[in-house]
Amino acid sequence: MAKDGAGAGGAPRTSLLYDPAFRSIAFQIVLLVAVVFVGWYLFHNTTQNLASRNIASGFGFLGQPAGFDIIQALVPYGQSATYGEAFLVALLNTMLISAIGIVLATIIGFVVGIARLSNNWIVSRLATVYVETLRNIPLLLQIFFWYFAVLRTLPGPKQSLSPFEGVYLNQRGLYMPVPLTEPGFWTIPVALLLGIAGAVGVSIWARRRLMATGKPFHSFWVGLALIVGLPVLAALATGVPFTFELPQIKGFNFQGGLVLIPEFMAVLFALSLYTASFIAEVVRSGVMAVSKGQSEAAHALGLRQGLTLRLVVIPQALRVMIPPMTSQYLNLLKNSSLGAAVGYPELVAVVAGTVLNQTGQAIEVIALTMAVYLTFSLIISLFMNWYNARKALVER
Amino acid sequence: MNKLSQFTIGALLALGTVTAAQAGTLDDVKKKGFVQCGVSAGLAGFSAPDDKGNYSGIDVDVCKAVAAAVFGDATKVKFTPLTAKERFTALQSGEVDLLSRNTTWTLNRDTAQGLSFAGVTYYDGQGFMVRKSLGVKSAKELDGASVCTETGTTTELNLSDYFKSNGLKYTVVALGSNSEAVAAYDSGRCDAYTTDASGLYATRIALAKPDDHMVLPEIISKEPLGPVVRQGDSQWFSVVKWSLFALVAAEEYGVTAANVDEQKASSANPEVKRLLGAEGEFGTPMGLPNDWAYKIVKQIGNYGEMFDRNVGAGSPLKIDRGINARWNKGGLQSAPPFR
Amino acid sequence: MTDQSQGYVFTPTPPQPPPANMVGVVGWMRANLFNGWFNSLLTIFSLYLLYLTLPPLVNWAVVNATISGTDRALCEASPDGACWTFIKMRFNQILFGFYPEGEQWRPILTFVIGLGGLIGTAFHFAGKRWLVLFLLTAYPVIAFFLLAGGYFGLTEVETAKWGGLTVTLVVSVTGIVASFPIGILLALGRRSNMPIVRSACVVFIEVVRGVPLISVLFMASVMLPLFLPEGVSFNKLLRALVGVTLFTAAYMAEVVRGGLQAVPKGQYEGAAALGLGYWKMMILIILPQALKLVIPSIVNSFISLFKDTTLVYIVGLFDVLEIIRVSTKDANWIGFEQEGYVFAALMFWVFCFAMSRVSLRIERRLDTSHRK
Repeated sequence: MAKDGAGAGGAPRTSLLYDPAFRSIAFQIVLLVAVVFVGWYLFHNTTQNLASRNIASGFGFLGQPAGFDIIQALVPYGQSATYGEAFLVALLNTMLISAIGIVLATIIGFVVGIARLSNNWIVSRLATVYVETLRNIPLLLQIFFWYFAVLRTLPGPKQSLSPFEGVYLNQRGLYMPVPLTEPGFWTIPVALLLGIAGAVGVSIWARRRLMATGKPFHSFWVGLALIVGLPVLAALATGVPFTFELPQIKGFNFQGGLVLIPEFMAVLFALSLYTASFIAEVVRSGVMAVSKGQSEAAHALGLRQGLTLRLVVIPQALRVMIPPMTSQYLNLLKNSSLGAAVGYPELVAVVAGTVLNQTGQAIEVIALTMAVYLTFSLIISLFMNWYNARKALVER
Repeated sequence: MNKLSQFTIGALLALGTVTAAQAGTLDDVKKKGFVQCGVSAGLAGFSAPDDKGNYSGIDVDVCKAVAAAVFGDATKVKFTPLTAKERFTALQSGEVDLLSRNTTWTLNRDTAQGLSFAGVTYYDGQGFMVRKSLGVKSAKELDGASVCTETGTTTELNLSDYFKSNGLKYTVVALGSNSEAVAAYDSGRCDAYTTDASGLYATRIALAKPDDHMVLPEIISKEPLGPVVRQGDSQWFSVVKWSLFALVAAEEYGVTAANVDEQKASSANPEVKRLLGAEGEFGTPMGLPNDWAYKIVKQIGNYGEMFDRNVGAGSPLKIDRGINARWNKGGLQSAPPFR
Repeated sequence: MTDQSQGYVFTPTPPQPPPANMVGVVGWMRANLFNGWFNSLLTIFSLYLLYLTLPPLVNWAVVNATISGTDRALCEASPDGACWTFIKMRFNQILFGFYPEGEQWRPILTFVIGLGGLIGTAFHFAGKRWLVLFLLTAYPVIAFFLLAGGYFGLTEVETAKWGGLTVTLVVSVTGIVASFPIGILLALGRRSNMPIVRSACVVFIEVVRGVPLISVLFMASVMLPLFLPEGVSFNKLLRALVGVTLFTAAYMAEVVRGGLQAVPKGQYEGAAALGLGYWKMMILIILPQALKLVIPSIVNSFISLFKDTTLVYIVGLFDVLEIIRVSTKDANWIGFEQEGYVFAALMFWVFCFAMSRVSLRIERRLDTSHRK
């Protein structure tokens, strides 16, 4: 074997077969040829099938008028909207439900995960029951349950539940007032931005002072006051430059205001409660991975339970938790596609459903859908890797 | 080893069927011994399984008629339930030989999607169903309503056109399958449910309290529903087309399942004789036996009987013949001469 | 003397019992429920939550429920309770779908053989290796012939008639068994130092893991027919199986990779030093150790696959959930969605919970064997 490098003039016939380098190259060439061949074969079949079945190809359809309506559109989606615009609307709907779902699932997951570790017997049992129940029932079933079984029990529009004036809950959704802007409204967002900037500034200053002098400063309340107070001041100063548009019953449905459609709520509930049960486990194992000595030492320093958790345990647990948390977020994003089952107009429902049906161009449509999920997955992974790296730096 | 390979091939055949669709669907069908027919997974009167999984309905009877024409035996048919979404791919890929799934005949489908419509089983039109308690008497009063429908159908597009052209506002709740759309309507998610009028009647009787619901008078579209085959196979296309015509013609000449034997033996009408194969060689050019139409009528009955049994007066749906009456009774159903 | 000395004898006072409020039920409650105002508040809140949910649930599911009779008449007489009559009447379909009644011993037998084999693997005995081999190779073949029939005098049952729990189990078990070898190959490929092999495996794994199962199934149902040469078609079950297997294989590959990474480097070096080639090294030395480590993760993959089988309704199969949903739309039983969903949930829960316990048990057993 070792000889064949030198034995170019010799007889490498037998030894060449046993040369690992040669074998590896040969194997890879065979694999490459096989992959290319399979790819070509599929491509060939597909083009032939498309031609013989008279099916159009290409992405030209994205510019054609769609002709169907979508129940929830974050950007204007009007009469002459194209398939491309339908795609955009669906994309935004997927992003919306994933973003809100991730936030909700994280909050619930943290609460339940910590509750499972609570020394309160009943609380930890309840949390265990929550986790063991929800994560062992298929998500699709949970979505159906919320949509078909729970929705049935809500009242119709005329008998709406109304916990507050202007907020109505019925089978058509949750209706809420929406602010209508008037001249001078711009001051409020500006004030809000100033408030946030101020809060960040104060917290940086407080940390520096803590480091330098050891004197704590409770920047949280000051920051909150800035973020809430400045916009309120701005609003008062300009004479409250907005009014609330209240949803009102007209004909047989509510008009106006902001509406959360039942499809959205059902999918959101199911998605966040289900994912939360997994996040709770991630949080629990993260916290348990922090050695007991850490919290004992913190107690010995006189830190109370809450502060121990916040300043000592959670920061260390986070490091363990980030990789599994990332995969839960990715799962949530991918699982949002189940919204299609109850007609929530997300990517799979609109693009791989309606658009596919109206155009018949399966390949382009499915490829487009998959590409979007892949891109999202990549972005979330990259972000979480960056966050992970940042958190890891804290460790010496 | 030999046995093993035999098993392997058997296993492959049982799961994935390899057919040479190029050779002509009729030959394939004859070779495998049954017609593979794509139907709706559940639309009462058209195609719905009972609790044993046996399908019945007008679309199902069309499949059976084709099987009767080809094999002389209406039971030699297997059904593949399809959603609106899958139906065309299933036909194009050869998974089914024939698609009889309340499918609307449109220009685009007939020309640009590799499909051929073999005729019209049922002339339909899109309508609306609402709760009586809503107090609506006409579709024009549906301003602001939320409407449930099945996604990926012409229904969804017609709906949009209708509301826009009438300047009405609405919200559409588009669900993945017809039964989900009905479930959503039934649970109160929507004020109205829209689909083809026949489907509305079929749906209404399947609801818990049919009398609480009503179908609005407006018909907003033309929906000729019929069996579909792959483009470019004219022999199979003829078989399906003329099986349908045989049903219609039999009604026109008063041939029924009950009297078909007697008619075949003693009818004086030459057209009936030709239809039932007592005279001439009309099956051979299509690759069928000459008594193909006789077998259809014997086992399925004529169009009128089929209609009556599945959707008409003899069924729970009680749909009026209307434009589906035969041509000399003021309807649209007619067959070219059997000559 | 003695008198005096006796006066100094130390007689310990008998230990006092602990304060009454530190032991027994009261003590336990103080320690576990009411230590501090925050915990007390939590306890009261939790109890209130239980009071709000539990009694109505029990009333609905047990007290007011109906199970007798054969139609909805009795159920309608007790509208506040669950109508288990519906489940009872449809139970056969929930288990077998439209599988002919006279042949239903076949799925049962298949299930019993499989379950028996699985239980067998929990014990230690001499021929265990053969049992595992049987389960992974011969059993799928036997199961196929038993279920599909057409040979040995068994009547053929077309896959379109399969349904309910039978389909759910067929899809999930086939998915996990078939994805196992593919997953191992992908994992080995991903750790290979051949760049083309590695990148091909990485691309496959990451692409499949980056997209939802629903889109893979869509692809199997609407794109696969376009990829194949004209005239070749797969039936729905096979299509779902292909989609599910490829999807699971990517996840399986990552699980196996985890196991491969956990095998100490010395093992690889030792095997190489013995002069073993790549495949011998993998099959004889590395994989047995790596796979043993990841058995719990494989069981977990199986649990998630089992839950994901509910999605096969996309390709038109009638799994447990779908058959229950179809039943709730039957004119005779319309309006009993809650019963249907609750029962389906219960069924899935029992299966998944049992498997997660098994996975925990295996994990513990493997754990102790390492500490030895």
